[in-house]
Amino acid sequence: MLNVRVVMLLLALLWIQLPASAAIDAYPFPDDAMRHRYTSLIAELRCPQCLNTNIAGSDAMIARDLRREVHRLVLDGQTDDQIREFMLARYGDFILYKPQLRAGTLVLWFGPLVFLLIALVVVFRLLRRRGMKAVALSDQDQARLKQLLTK
Amino acid sequence: MKGVNKSLLIPLGVFVLLVAVLAVGFRLEDPHFLPSQLIDQPFPEFSLQALNEPERELTTADITGQVALVNVWATWCPNCLLEHPELMRISREEGIPLYGINYNDESEKARRWLVRHKNPFAFSIVDDKGKLGIDLGVYGAPETFVLDAKGVIRYRHVGEVTRRVWEETLSPIIDLLQAEALAATGQPGLSSPATIAAVEG
Repeated sequence: MLNVRVVMLLLALLWIQLPASAAIDAYPFPDDAMRHRYTSLIAELRCPQCLNTNIAGSDAMIARDLRREVHRLVLDGQTDDQIREFMLARYGDFILYKPQLRAGTLVLWFGPLVFLLIALVVVFRLLRRRGMKAVALSDQDQARLKQLLTK
Repeated sequence: MKGVNKSLLIPLGVFVLLVAVLAVGFRLEDPHFLPSQLIDQPFPEFSLQALNEPERELTTADITGQVALVNVWATWCPNCLLEHPELMRISREEGIPLYGINYNDESEKARRWLVRHKNPFAFSIVDDKGKLGIDLGVYGAPETFVLDAKGVIRYRHVGEVTRRVWEETLSPIIDLLQAEALAATGQPGLSSPATIAAVEG
């Protein structure tokens, strides 16, 4: 029973959030599902002119034009994937904040992982070497250490 | 002693890697430059008004048939004014069709602009909604496209066309494309021309 109540509460919260996020945009939509798709699409498409803003958050002319185009395509009955393809065909991988997984984008997807692995290997080897050195203190050094410590 | 030497190499290795990455990064002169998706694609279909003959409907057929330049311009674009003298010179001296796309602009203003600064274009296509611009993957102005005789986009230049851009890039590419068009009509003695990639490289 408690679970049902929690779910209801979450749904209520979701419902409250929807009109709040869509309030800014001036384009008319026949239903909230389309409006929601529009808002999430313009949030995930990158503005080609402004390097690091999505087309939802940019005042650039091209961003405005692309928002109008997304609106048109959504009303046209195109699926999200078709709209992404439309943008990709014209502006290339740059337009997608989450580029597709292809041979050309492998470095983007797995580059950071490779760097992490290199870092881990370096850290691991450094730690191991440091550990070995502590063990490998010679008798002479040991004696000198003791001498220094008791001074 | 050997171990110490080896670990000294690690910062050096990291440094070399960093230099390599930054060298590539800084080589990209303009971070705004995006490679065009439309190279080797036919010019997108359109049907739009001619700027100076509002009753005339222009289509893709109007810009196909010869190797041509298509320049995206607007009155709000300061670099369009900067490249304007070079466009005037090209249209006067180079004997290659030069078409304009008046992009995201007010036609009345654009007509006055062309009167004031002279008109280098055979005609300008009115793209006041930026729709053709989107189909071309345009994200600013000026941009200049080189079309081959079949109306296929073969090269795109982002930013001003300067004398240097003309001499080092556009002109050699146009020569190649014209040779290619001649070869296609079955003229003897013309071998298949070198690639555009060679000019760019």
